[in-house]
Amino acid sequence: MSQWNIENINKWSWRKHPLAAIIPEAGNAANYRTGGWRTRRPIRDEDNCNQCLICFIFCPDTAVKVKEEKVVGFELKHCKGCGICAHECPKDAIEMVDEAEAESQEKEGGNARG
Amino acid sequence: MVRTAAVVGTDAVAEAMRQIEPDVVAAYPITPQTAIVETFSGMVADGKVSTEMVNVESEHSAMSATIGAAAGGSRAMTCTSSQGLALMWEMLYIASGLRLPIVMPNVNRALSAPINIHCDHSDSMGARDSGWIQLFSENSQEAYENTLQAVRIAEHPEVLTPAMVLLDGFITSHTTERVDFYEDNPVKEFVGNYQPHYTLLDPEKPISVGNFDALYGYFFEFKRSQEEAMKNAVQVVKEVGEEFGKKFGRTYGHFETHRLEDAEIAFLAMGSGAGTTRTAVDELRNQGIKAGLLKLRMFRPFPFQELIQALSHVPVVGVLDRSLTFSGGPGGPVWQELRSAFFDAESKPRILSYVYGLGGRDFSPQLVVDAGRELAEGNLHQGIRYLGLKEEDD
Repeated sequence: MSQWNIENINKWSWRKHPLAAIIPEAGNAANYRTGGWRTRRPIRDEDNCNQCLICFIFCPDTAVKVKEEKVVGFELKHCKGCGICAHECPKDAIEMVDEAEAESQEKEGGNARG
Repeated sequence: MVRTAAVVGTDAVAEAMRQIEPDVVAAYPITPQTAIVETFSGMVADGKVSTEMVNVESEHSAMSATIGAAAGGSRAMTCTSSQGLALMWEMLYIASGLRLPIVMPNVNRALSAPINIHCDHSDSMGARDSGWIQLFSENSQEAYENTLQAVRIAEHPEVLTPAMVLLDGFITSHTTERVDFYEDNPVKEFVGNYQPHYTLLDPEKPISVGNFDALYGYFFEFKRSQEEAMKNAVQVVKEVGEEFGKKFGRTYGHFETHRLEDAEIAFLAMGSGAGTTRTAVDELRNQGIKAGLLKLRMFRPFPFQELIQALSHVPVVGVLDRSLTFSGGPGGPVWQELRSAFFDAESKPRILSYVYGLGGRDFSPQLVVDAGRELAEGNLHQGIRYLGLKEEDD
């Protein structure tokens, strides 16, 4: 199925939008940035992580990225910063850090973890 | 073939619903609409219709379930009155915002407090800005025929907007009147098969409905398109009313006039009060006063241009409102619209406000005759004149 083309949607006139604000495609939740109101960000200590995947199971979103049965990081587009992963981690390998600080470090080109 | 029967207004509406045979009806009984739900439920139980009847626990749920059914591609209906309509309030906006062509007869009844079960128009007037089409009925015949036409109007591709059919509580809903019913086949032909604009239940074409639009800024655009649909409805109501007339004999427009051509004073009324006013107009004519009537059928959308054309030649127009806006201002809701319509017009009548019949207060022809005589004598009042109100100087 072809992707709904929303190029320049910010400039669409009222006549161009689909009637009733429907979204005429399925499976599009992955495209939405729903983590924008996160105030804390999970940071994983790779050395301490034993890849038990409990964080992946407990994440109420789909924000723990797994590749070949191993946690590889967090999907920050969707992570709300709830901290459940950090709370449940049996190895205390996940730490929640201040989002604003993490962001400013990223901007400075510092060591963005996560 | 026409089947003529003596029925109450609620039966006339239930019969229209039987002939429409919606896929889903979700409703909750409330006086004076109750008999519609009872009668229609009986039809479902007796297998006379294939409709899925959903007995819900409140009117909020009734409208919610109707919305759900309509979003699933069903032709869906409900009906209510007064407090029930008030309880539906937030869902009314969702039905119209989702552009679901739901048809809902509403039996007009006053809103509490004090608790009252009788007719006035304060319930549907509260919903006048909810994005629903509103068609008023003078009697059971019109309630029947408006219900049939409302389906066509609401479902029109240029409209796709829900529609309320209004009939006066008890005066119309519980009075036995002569009604002509048309045969099922021509009615079903007229109503037609429903082709939903979208449906949640089509796996070939998956969509998402009821989306969040608070951050990205398209909400304004959707409201603007609803306004356009309402503008389109002005023409569609007329076309459907004419088609109905060709098929069944009674042609409908935005309004109907009686002895208006040479009128020097005119009254504008909606609902059963228009019948009372027609009698009063004839009596005024007998007394040598050139009176006329404009019976407004379509309140939403409001036929601004058409009313200017119909009334600009009349020197004085009295607008009969069956509800108040509590604005502290000089007139009722219909009066406000009419005055607004004429504000920029070259030629305009003096437009005076009357409020009558709140909570079912009796509205007799004599009240209108007296009001008409005053106007004919050039005694033009300022602000609201209350007809039938107990006052100290009476």
